[in-house]
Amino acid sequence: MDKEKLAYKKLAYMGLFCALAILMGYIEAILPIHIGIPGVKLGIVNIVIIFVFYTLGWKEALTISVIRIFVVGFLFGNLYSILFSLAGGVLSFLVMLILKKFHFHILTVSIAGGITHNLGQLLIASFVVQVYSLMYFMPIMIVAGVAAGAVIGYLGHLAIKRLAYLMPK
Amino acid sequence: MKKRDIILISIFIAIAALGFGISRWPSLSDKEAILKISVQGETYGEYSLKQNQTIEIGSTNTCEIKDGKVHMIQADCPDKLCMDFTAIDKDGGSIVCLPNQVVLEIVTDNQNIDSIAG
Repeated sequence: MDKEKLAYKKLAYMGLFCALAILMGYIEAILPIHIGIPGVKLGIVNIVIIFVFYTLGWKEALTISVIRIFVVGFLFGNLYSILFSLAGGVLSFLVMLILKKFHFHILTVSIAGGITHNLGQLLIASFVVQVYSLMYFMPIMIVAGVAAGAVIGYLGHLAIKRLAYLMPK
Repeated sequence: MKKRDIILISIFIAIAALGFGISRWPSLSDKEAILKISVQGETYGEYSLKQNQTIEIGSTNTCEIKDGKVHMIQADCPDKLCMDFTAIDKDGGSIVCLPNQVVLEIVTDNQNIDSIAG
């Protein structure tokens, strides 16, 4: 396939995955998971991000992640939720990028992403209200991040195994 | 999964366990825990956990102390996340309403002195 055609194909796939990520964000928003700490959630969006990360590349995954945060934020959230999502999203992305560079397993990458996503949000929240006792929630958030990250990482792994051959290389 | 993956995940869990231990440690002492409410960084009031009462915080939020547990029962912000927090008690913790910048915190007498000094 020549270069121009490949670029168009990639663009089309990115649009598709952007839509999928936004949809996942909506499903996430209506899933009634309450464990008493706001911000703890399954993070099913991360399946899409991880899939793109491992098949198209990190720049594409970051682009989709940021576009998704703004679209979902404007649709269902507010300025605060955009700020928190950005902090969590960018921090977890950096950590996932570093771990992947060092060839850690996809499950580890996903778990670290889940934990740092929560942690980024917690840090911003602590900073905004200047209450550092919010860090009281940190242990629970780490455990929740490990559990959710493992599930999401495994689902992402399955998706990559079955669908990666479709992606433009 | 390689060995170092397992090591890294174990480190995460160890940090969580350590954090859990540290954050719950002060509850072993018999210092009296009190509820401190702040609005936009300013202390709004301090309340004993022993007395059941409903506290109106400005015109935006209402919290309730019942049987030593505190929870937010009303908020005028759209997301109402603060009402989702689990109740906090003498073991510590905090409830935060970000849009109104209302913070409910459990502090012990000890921590109080620290915050005045700092």
